[in-house]
Amino acid sequence: MITVGIDVGSMTAKAVLLNDNEWLSVIRPTGCSPRQSAREAFDELLQEVGISTGEISHITGTGYGRIALDFIDNAVTEITCHARGAHYLVEGTDLVIDIGGQDSKVIRTDGQGNVIDFAMNDKCAAGTGRFLQVMASALGADVSELAVLSRGAEPVEISNMCTVFAESEVVSLLAQGVAKENIIAGIHRSVARRVAAMAGRLGTGSKVTFTGGVARNAGVKEFLAEELGAEINVVSASQLAGALGAALLAREMAKISLRRLDYG
Amino acid sequence: MRPETMRIVDDLRDQNILNLEHAKRENQKIVGMYCAYSPKELVLAAGALPVSLCGTRQEPIAAAEKILPRNICPLIKSSFGFAITDTCPYFRMSDYVIAETTCDGKKKMYEILKDYKPMHVLHLPQGTNRPGALKWWTDELYLLKDQLEENLGVEISRESLREAVKLVNKERLAMRKLHELNKVDPAPLSGMDMLTSLWMKGFNVDVEEGIELISQLAEEVEEIARQGASPFAAGTPRILLTGCPVGMGSEKVLRLLEECGGSVVCLENCSGFKAVDTLVDEDEARDPIEAIAEKYLQIPCSCISPNEGRFDLIDKMIDEYHVDGLVDLTWQACHTYNVEGELLNQYVKEKYDLPYLHLETDYSTSDLQQLQTRIGAFIELLNNRRKA
Ligand code: SF4
Ligand code: SF4
Repeated sequence: MITVGIDVGSMTAKAVLLNDNEWLSVIRPTGCSPRQSAREAFDELLQEVGISTGEISHITGTGYGRIALDFIDNAVTEITCHARGAHYLVEGTDLVIDIGGQDSKVIRTDGQGNVIDFAMNDKCAAGTGRFLQVMASALGADVSELAVLSRGAEPVEISNMCTVFAESEVVSLLAQGVAKENIIAGIHRSVARRVAAMAGRLGTGSKVTFTGGVARNAGVKEFLAEELGAEINVVSASQLAGALGAALLAREMAKISLRRLDYG
Repeated sequence: MRPETMRIVDDLRDQNILNLEHAKRENQKIVGMYCAYSPKELVLAAGALPVSLCGTRQEPIAAAEKILPRNICPLIKSSFGFAITDTCPYFRMSDYVIAETTCDGKKKMYEILKDYKPMHVLHLPQGTNRPGALKWWTDELYLLKDQLEENLGVEISRESLREAVKLVNKERLAMRKLHELNKVDPAPLSGMDMLTSLWMKGFNVDVEEGIELISQLAEEVEEIARQGASPFAAGTPRILLTGCPVGMGSEKVLRLLEECGGSVVCLENCSGFKAVDTLVDEDEARDPIEAIAEKYLQIPCSCISPNEGRFDLIDKMIDEYHVDGLVDLTWQACHTYNVEGELLNQYVKEKYDLPYLHLETDYSTSDLQQLQTRIGAFIELLNNRRKA
């Protein structure tokens, strides 16, 4: 059975095609039209495998843009999808830390991919990928090079959580002559602290998996491990956990409707 | 399936304004109140009409923020904004206003608002479990009685108080009966319709008429339940909504809960069941003011410390309404409910192993998407548990 999961985040649209235990993915920048970029990612995926829409049993959409999608069979929140996807990627995960472009979430699960409890950041960008992006541009760096630039550096204290204030704090630290790498390390630690505080309310997990775009940042990961006092699992496909979870849930949905057909 | 009577209830707010204007022209005195602790009975016994002034809309908040700090709760800002911009007909028509010392933001706000309307501020005790609490509150209600008599130029007799007590008890019983119909699974009335109907008790010009309408609605809902009908599919997760007051205009969380696939079967907050849970003792041998004081002091609001009554009420509701999960709504910057939320979270998890979702938001629509994700994930979680 072939199913597809589409995860439309604020920065990227991800599509995953799942066939038994094999899966394939496409990632696209979201740009200004979440619906269009999701459609493009989806079409590209179909082309790659050389199949048509008709051969797909079920498509599940997730992510903040899920509601705008008109070619999906159902929509599920990214919280449920990330829990499922993380468990698939790292079996037995019971705490998922997902830091995406515009929000961060901590999800406690039962170790089987089912959500028990969760916390999510409020309206502001503190502790999200957006926060890192704003700080990167204040430092004249690209967000993808932050981790490399700050490897082994001593973090300075960034006291402001609010993106706007933290940005001016960074600018004034630069003016004071503080080394860039120390500032970056400080920024990473600030994100990690923010998210760890959220996790604290849910209780610690024994197997922590870090998902979302920011999971690729080794600096944030390291501070997270320090703040949580736990080992953090990141796999190369961490960014795809949401879309993968959606594809897995799509498979469950398809099986349920098949069973219904059997009865009918 | 929506009860026919809901259509009448829907139109009531506009109708009530017309009725009130009419009453006002006939020299009827009107008394505005903000909080569930304000005793409606005294106002009715004074021959005046009690109306609710609790601000539930976003519109006047910007005006309020020119005077009040931004980081106080939207309910306070909305209430204040309505008053100072003169955009709330109920405030405009009020001859007198009853306020109360509950949370800090509200009680200080009244110190500014008092210049806009003649006002009496009731002093609520900090807790209910001290020996002097009831006496304090009874004295406060006596003071209110004096103030009402003086400001409205009337005399409040024991007889009129007794009558008012009976009338408001009857109203509570009608509201309670309606609410309790939702113990049936699936619930025969949506949470939105429940709120709309309970909300009207703050605006009825004729209390008797209001009671009749609610009873008519209850009869219809009872029939719907008897037929096993419901606006919800079987298996829809049943939610208890608790926390800060929710009214028409500030119903966004309740609406989202039902739009995302939940059924809000009970409203614990003070716009819901909390205010109608207990009655005033009608024993003729008692001082009616003391009996009224006793009832109002039992309201389990987070401004009271400790607020054990809320936990008892929630115990009862979880059990009787077969609740699958709790949603605790805190208006931004409402410290008392926000802090108490942590206690409640621990309590329901340890005692019932029930999922609990704490939401902090305001009256604006800026966070709808975020709320949708949180609420959606919570409902998915509840569905998952119901399946298991
Ligand atoms: S929540 Fe408490 S203070 Fe606020 S209106 Fe209700 S009873 Fe009054
Ligand atoms: S919601 Fe909280 S902060 Fe706002 S008026 Fe009521 S008790 Fe006070």
